[in-house]
Amino acid sequence: LAQLAVQLHRDPMLKKRDDFEDMLEERRNSSDLRYALRCYTPVLYKGLAPCKASMLKSMVLQSDQLHHVIGQVSRETGRAADDVQEEASAILEEMAHCLQLSTVRFFAFTLSKVFKTLFRSICVNEEGIQRLQQAIQEHPVVLLPSHRSYMDFLLMSYILYTYDIALPVIAAGMDFMGMKFVGEMLRMSGAFFIRRSFGGDKLYWSVFSEYVKTMLKNGFAPVEFFLEGTRSRTSKSLTPKLGLLNIVMDPYLKGEVYDINVVPVSISYERILEEALYAREMLGVPKPKESTSGLFKARKVLSEDYGSIHVYFGQPVSVRSLAQGRVNRCQFNLVPRHIPRRPSEEIQSFVNDSAYRLVRAQEENMVLKPWVLLASLLLQNHHQDQTAGQKRGMVLEELTAQAVWLRDMFREYGAFLHWPGMNTVLKVVSSSLSLHRGLVRVCGQVKPGEPHSTVTPEEELLSQAVIVLSCASYRNQGLHVFLRPALLASAINAASSNLKQEVFNSFSFLRNMFSNEFILCPGATVQDFEEACYLLVKTGALQVTQQELLVTERGQRTVAFLTSMLDPFLQGYQVVCRFLCEEATENLTEKQFVPAVRKFIIKHLLAGRLRYTEVLSSDLQKNSLAALLRLGAVQKIKSRSESFNTALLRLGAVQKIKA
Amino acid sequence: MLGNTSDRQRIAQQRLRIIAGHLQGPVDGDSAILAAECKAQGSKTDVCREGKTVPRRRQEIMKWNGWGYSDSKFLFNKKGQAEFTGKRYRLSGMIIPGLKDWMEGTFGANLQHKTPATPLLTSSAVQPATLNKAFLEELKSTGIPFSHDAEDRVFRAHGHCLHEIFALREGKFGRVPDMVVWPNCHNDVVKIVELACKHNVCVIPYGGGTSVSSALECPPEETRSIVSLDTSQMNRILWIDEKNLTAHVEAGIVGQDLERLLNESGYCTGHEPDSMEFSSLGGWVATRASGMKKNIYGNIEDLVIHIRMVTPRGVIEKSCQGPRMSTGPDIHHFIMGSEGTLGVVTEVTMKIRPMPEYQKYGSVVFPNFEQGVACLREVAKQRCAPASIRLMDNEQFKFGHALKPQVSSIFTSFLDGLKTFYITKFKGFDPNRLCVATLLFEGDREKVLQHEKQVYDIAAKFGGLAAGEDNGQRGYMLTFVIAYLRDLGMDYYVIGESFETSVPWDRVLDICRNVKARIIQECKDKGVQFPPLSTCRVTQTYDTGACVYFYFAFNYRGLSDPVHVYEQVEHAAREEILANGGSLSHHHGVGKLRKEWMRDTVSNVGVGMLKSVKDYVDPDNIFGNRNLL
Repeated sequence: LAQLAVQLHRDPMLKKRDDFEDMLEERRNSSDLRYALRCYTPVLYKGLAPCKASMLKSMVLQSDQLHHVIGQVSRETGRAADDVQEEASAILEEMAHCLQLSTVRFFAFTLSKVFKTLFRSICVNEEGIQRLQQAIQEHPVVLLPSHRSYMDFLLMSYILYTYDIALPVIAAGMDFMGMKFVGEMLRMSGAFFIRRSFGGDKLYWSVFSEYVKTMLKNGFAPVEFFLEGTRSRTSKSLTPKLGLLNIVMDPYLKGEVYDINVVPVSISYERILEEALYAREMLGVPKPKESTSGLFKARKVLSEDYGSIHVYFGQPVSVRSLAQGRVNRCQFNLVPRHIPRRPSEEIQSFVNDSAYRLVRAQEENMVLKPWVLLASLLLQNHHQDQTAGQKRGMVLEELTAQAVWLRDMFREYGAFLHWPGMNTVLKVVSSSLSLHRGLVRVCGQVKPGEPHSTVTPEEELLSQAVIVLSCASYRNQGLHVFLRPALLASAINAASSNLKQEVFNSFSFLRNMFSNEFILCPGATVQDFEEACYLLVKTGALQVTQQELLVTERGQRTVAFLTSMLDPFLQGYQVVCRFLCEEATENLTEKQFVPAVRKFIIKHLLAGRLRYTEVLSSDLQKNSLAALLRLGAVQKIKSRSESFNTALLRLGAVQKIKA
Repeated sequence: MLGNTSDRQRIAQQRLRIIAGHLQGPVDGDSAILAAECKAQGSKTDVCREGKTVPRRRQEIMKWNGWGYSDSKFLFNKKGQAEFTGKRYRLSGMIIPGLKDWMEGTFGANLQHKTPATPLLTSSAVQPATLNKAFLEELKSTGIPFSHDAEDRVFRAHGHCLHEIFALREGKFGRVPDMVVWPNCHNDVVKIVELACKHNVCVIPYGGGTSVSSALECPPEETRSIVSLDTSQMNRILWIDEKNLTAHVEAGIVGQDLERLLNESGYCTGHEPDSMEFSSLGGWVATRASGMKKNIYGNIEDLVIHIRMVTPRGVIEKSCQGPRMSTGPDIHHFIMGSEGTLGVVTEVTMKIRPMPEYQKYGSVVFPNFEQGVACLREVAKQRCAPASIRLMDNEQFKFGHALKPQVSSIFTSFLDGLKTFYITKFKGFDPNRLCVATLLFEGDREKVLQHEKQVYDIAAKFGGLAAGEDNGQRGYMLTFVIAYLRDLGMDYYVIGESFETSVPWDRVLDICRNVKARIIQECKDKGVQFPPLSTCRVTQTYDTGACVYFYFAFNYRGLSDPVHVYEQVEHAAREEILANGGSLSHHHGVGKLRKEWMRDTVSNVGVGMLKSVKDYVDPDNIFGNRNLL
């Protein structure tokens, strides 16, 4: 255990962040049409050899890498090379974008109208935009926005168009293609489409990676994709997916470009358009297939108020500086670079660590609205009510007072809090509550909203859960701020003594357990522990002596709050373990797992044996299963008789989590 | 040059000269000091000993703190125009009008801000010599000339790395050899090495002193007496075998003498490294040198037939002159590249060729560097590279342009203007992107012209335009004066250096871009106040790759320790080269400057192999320059 005394962490309070400008303000004051038709002349990459979308395609089809793979596939399958070449060409057709300025202008016009109705403001840090502009000229750029809504990528392009910055090409999931007309529109605004899974398909992978690399290397346009792979339904950042990051880092590692600038972008919504959809999805109501008609039905959302959006363009991260001292690029010297190879372990771990760093950079610059605090407080109160068997809610004054306490704590922990300064606290709280009136009701007392007409207790439970999960997703927005201190607080609770080593062991166990749930960089246990200690000591909640960690008198409240933040997750993991111990049969398949565990949980909730409705979240259930698999408590066995992707889950010795 | 005289006449003259040479008895310049045994050896066909360039006292003709001859240097005259002094080079005595603007524009240099060098070598600043008395006594009895004069010692304590010259200009000397010996022949060397072993004296061989790898630096930790073994007086061609086309030459001969003397007999080796005015045959062997015209004649390893080397264990040589042998690993390859760590190369038998009948320069302008590299690659693929083909990038093209001497006739300048107009306006080449390849063809006239057409046809496919003989010739002339230019820069706060690598074809563009960018970034990060010059050229083509040369220089005003900054940048640039699949060195060698990367370069086992050879050949580390390993 490294010396705690040496605290080199920068103080989170001192984090320098840029100011925001509301870009909608100008839209409200001048013509949208003129805006959509204005002269658009973005600065471009200095090494750019201008080329059209069609030229890109032929560059890809003529690339050495693709030639190699086509030859390989043709030899392996016995198909004619021309035939394989044609297939590659078809894949590319299906995938490629065809960015057209006219479509972008169309979107610029319509989105202006839509955004003005939906949102009060769209705030952007203009300094970040300037940094981005600089970065684009110097090196190829990769944009990595956080992903909480379908809105994200339209919003990104809209912002970049507004600030006269090169429009990105965006990696989008194939599911959009289902929407015929919209798919094509998106394609023309710079989206390219990739299949969700193509694990074994060499040719597909090759076309895809070559396509992305060609665009990047030539500086054709910034490449944009979502590190998290999919929209986070819980507002927690998702464990990063490495495929695309591997691809975009490859040209640097192989020396094909001098450097690549990666720009994390944090998009925070005051109210997420999909909030109820997400909650339902996690409760087992399947996600509606994207379809054009579905989109039009979604028009009713237009009449609602979704508050403001904050978009923060982070500091560009140079891949070169990330790789400095981490990767020995000489490893590519002995094999021709166009022959695809599995990345070495060194590179895999480098890309993985980088991905975590980048997701953390996204998290750090997420703007937290007052509602995040309120949701946290209301949920904790709701849980207490549950335990007590009451439905009291919270007195507005009490909520306000607690909110002030929590606000100050957020600030101390370095959260990027957006708290309107000129209003009174009560006003801030009330306005937040009214924006989220779908989730909370103010009736003298504030409490999470009640479901309306219910039939069975189970239905009542589920519709209650929709509200709770929605609230939880707002609470989750702030979770990253407290995650490490909260793990420490829980560890102190769980440890059998105050001995530092004991607490550390307990911390380490929890951290390991939850590393599928939260963004915890692999191998950084000691740093995380030190960071947590540092923060708690700094805020006066903890005393660290040579041997022991002691919670101070005034730290009790903090520690209690932090512990209860993690409590639902702990209970979720416990209940999954209990399910596996008690109910899982020999031939439980992966597909059956979620419905079965859900049934189990509903039973226990209805019987009052469980406290947190939140544990109904399939996200949590899947994460806990993944954690158990990773820890070797559960084993996955491929069965011969069943289809490929249903594997039997065999129960090992499921470690019980001590609470 | 050669085109004017009719060929027959020229060949006839050459034959006459050779015969005259044979009739002439051996003439000894410094006969007084020559040991008796060497004379006996001289009774073999000692082709010629006249007109040798390098005297024992180098200071008589050469600078002590800069490159080359004392009489040749760049300076800004009273009118503020650059000129090149002396009479030795084509550029000598000429005004170079564009150089001032280029220096000011490229480096932000200013003629008002001078950094003059210490004018005189002050002997008192040199460490007193640590002499090994017993060694000295026995050496005296052999009659081999030696010296422990401070000037002589300082001259042999350095090569031409930037830090070495910079220190000299400031009048700073580190560890220098304690004495210099000038053997006259192989047997002298045998005696010296025997005595060195007997008295445990450290020997550092010295040839032409053109090293750019810190190879000549005396290890500061060396406590024994250090003897610099200067081979410069072993400079005879001992015989020429016209039947087999070989020449047996003493290893101390410098390139220009070797070529000139062979030319007198109608032959050449064709080995022309850029340093050939001063570098020696023994040095080429010890560093695995490469010559500009290797496409026709080969690199040193292709040219060498037989080597004699004196080591602490004795003399190593092969027993015959078969053109190729299958007798286990080629022992020549322990010698070539040993960088003075195993012994002294004393005599070498080399291939020679009849002098080419016809030479023609040429040049091609390409719209950009990428096209130029693609063209060179194609030329290499078709194996039709001329004697030399080099591709300069845009910055270097501009640099070459700045070194154009003043043109005397209005007509020439009018023509130049027309050419520029044609290329940039009519052909649409961007003057900030275009680059130029210089060519040198050699052989018989017919074939040269045919060859020339073939190369120009290929160039045309890559958008290249023939740009005249003049540009080509000037390009090659610059090779010899560029080292002088560094001294001018150092008078005005500008320091710089070149370094090289070899790299597979598919990596050429990437390595050029990345290394240049790395240099610029490192300069910025290290606080260099002015944008650096960071440029490259492709100087050799091979079947599978190319040799790339980087030039890098910056204005160091405002830096407290410019040499340190320079070294950090060069170090970073070398790391970048290695990370981009380039080699540690194509022909400069490793020396002490690059030895930290040897293990990664040749693997642990490789280093072990080399070590075990060293341990066997020189267990007491008599050849203690500590290069390579």
